[in-house]
Amino acid sequence: MNIVAVGLNHKTAPVELRERLAVPETRLPDALARLKRWPGIAEGIILSTCNRVELYAVVKEAEQGFDSLRDYLGTIAPEVPHGAITPHLYCLDGRDAIRHLFRVAASLDSMVVGEPQILAQVKEAFEAALGQKSTGVVLNKVVKKALSVGKRVRTETGIAENAVSVSYAAVELAKKIFQNLAGKTVLLVGAGEMAKLAARHLVSAGMQHVMITTRNYDLAVDVAKRFNGVPIPFNEFPHEMAGADIVVCSTGASSYVIGAADVQQALRSRRNRPMFLIDISVPRNIDPAVGALDNAYLYNIDDLQGQIEKNIEQRQREAMKAEDMIRAEVGLVAAWMKSLEVVPTIVALRRKADDIQRAEVERILARMGPVSPRQRQLVEDLASGITNKLLHGPLVALKAEADSPNGALFAEAAQRLFNLEKELEAAPLAEAGERFGAEPSEAAPQGEDAP
Amino acid sequence: MNVLFFEVTLLLYFLGTILFLIQLAGRWEQVSQSSFAIAGIGFFFHTLALVSRMIEAGHIPLTSMHEALSFFSWALVLVFLVVELRYRIHILGSFILPLAFISLISAAALPKEIKALEPIFRNVWMHVTFSLLGTVAFAVAFIAGLMYLIQEHLLKSKHRNVLHHKLPALDFLDDLNSKAISLGFPLLTLGIITGALFAEFARGSFLNWNAEQIGALGTWLFYLVVLLGRVTIGWRAKKAAYLTVVGFAGVIFTLVGVIVKGQHPFA
Repeated sequence: MNIVAVGLNHKTAPVELRERLAVPETRLPDALARLKRWPGIAEGIILSTCNRVELYAVVKEAEQGFDSLRDYLGTIAPEVPHGAITPHLYCLDGRDAIRHLFRVAASLDSMVVGEPQILAQVKEAFEAALGQKSTGVVLNKVVKKALSVGKRVRTETGIAENAVSVSYAAVELAKKIFQNLAGKTVLLVGAGEMAKLAARHLVSAGMQHVMITTRNYDLAVDVAKRFNGVPIPFNEFPHEMAGADIVVCSTGASSYVIGAADVQQALRSRRNRPMFLIDISVPRNIDPAVGALDNAYLYNIDDLQGQIEKNIEQRQREAMKAEDMIRAEVGLVAAWMKSLEVVPTIVALRRKADDIQRAEVERILARMGPVSPRQRQLVEDLASGITNKLLHGPLVALKAEADSPNGALFAEAAQRLFNLEKELEAAPLAEAGERFGAEPSEAAPQGEDAP
Repeated sequence: MNVLFFEVTLLLYFLGTILFLIQLAGRWEQVSQSSFAIAGIGFFFHTLALVSRMIEAGHIPLTSMHEALSFFSWALVLVFLVVELRYRIHILGSFILPLAFISLISAAALPKEIKALEPIFRNVWMHVTFSLLGTVAFAVAFIAGLMYLIQEHLLKSKHRNVLHHKLPALDFLDDLNSKAISLGFPLLTLGIITGALFAEFARGSFLNWNAEQIGALGTWLFYLVVLLGRVTIGWRAKKAAYLTVVGFAGVIFTLVGVIVKGQHPFA
């Protein structure tokens, strides 16, 4: 049993190919149902976003699994020749596949490290898979773990903490001055692209009132319509500034459009309610002296840009912490997967039976007092006869399922029914597996090891 | 029994203080959860301590400086727990818990024995309760002001660190400051009136111009001016934050005056 991942992302494939292979939400259930029936696939899940298309599956052998998944991917876009897809694919198995999924969920593999959407997208992919019952014991555990790791990375590292775009940085700052942006007013001075983008971000963050002023009044009216805002004649805006909590300035003017005296006046009529002024014009349009006024917070393009560069660096530092967290979690999941192998389960079951048998025989012999070697042999045979007969069924069933897609399910069931936790931890399983790999025959004298 | 509960509380607040101070430096989800839990458990034991002391004393335990400081600390933690549950301003704990701990350890240093209540002091708890609750409100205003000044400094210097992210928005802090003072002022007023009535009743004079009475009146006047300034001429935001931080120094001075000068019937 192995877990494999086959896919392509923004780093390995151009958008032309990604969009061909993308599975839209509406077609996802069908695609999952087909994947579930695909030969060689025990469990499967499809993660399709604008930046990646990835298939994760539980298969018997990694190489065969890669082939099946590659073939399956080909059927998503039959018009694209096989040879055109393969060079863009990455194929991972075992720990590497698990680590990849964890890194994806934690947004470490995203175009913008720390972006928030991917975690939700993984969750949606998982829910779709649950809807089609295309996942089972293994993928359910692995994907759930990926979601919790992704969440932990977001809350316990600063990876998603600081904005990495100018307009979003402006929104984040605004939220540290005004708790609630709803009901606050933004004044756009000039209608450059950057200013409009910032305004759009502010509006989607909850700001409801927008005022716009430009030297060309018609343009202001036009932009105001788009934002559902109020146009203001350019020569009047300094008087209207008192009503604005946030001022976004980006005109083509070559000198200051807003002076310190204007802002001081506005603050006085606002009774010192704070104002946030964002100057994204070059050359600057707001007198830097405004920044020295109490309760006025002035940020220019360099302040925001500098912030963003620092933030990107910080995200990279935080990403290292995230990688450490992921490494630890991958180790745990890999160990769990190993425990789902059928052979170690058989070994553990056998070992448990032997231990019980030996202990019971010793106990009863101690109570019987002096016995002849023959009597002793009879007691031991009785005990081993019972254990072996009882275990025969489960062991045969486990062996038979070892290579089937249900193997993990049987192994897990056996572990829970016989409470094998301790035995699985007790000894290096791989080694023991070699010794006990063959099904023990009923007749084998089990008392051999007993003292 | 009450002393045992008190000591358990002291230990828990100490632990809580350490955990909350650690959090100023970084983000650790588990530390943050356990610190809240420890504050909660500490508060539970503190409540037990107060109730058992009341039962042992047979009257409301607000008749000595030890008891007053303990109650003050209890009310501070109560405010933190309520605000945390309501607004999720976890960082408030990093300011309130140390204050509560300092107050409680000061209480621990003072004589703890339960004094027999002279009949004349039977109604003194009213004066003490009002004054202390007023002080709690001013302490909250002080903390809101302090947080405001830190956040304001970080925003102005364009230096954004963990603290910047954890501290709430400026207008929220200003609002908290304003609410706290609007609540604290009437409480202090009631405290002073009941205190004056009590002084008249016990000593025959409303006012005898000792240090802590002057301190109390000075504090009252100060907050009156702060309050009126906000309403009339826009003393809000940074100015209000400064004033409340300074004003609380006056409150502390009055409190220390009560302890040190010893003219107050409490000492």
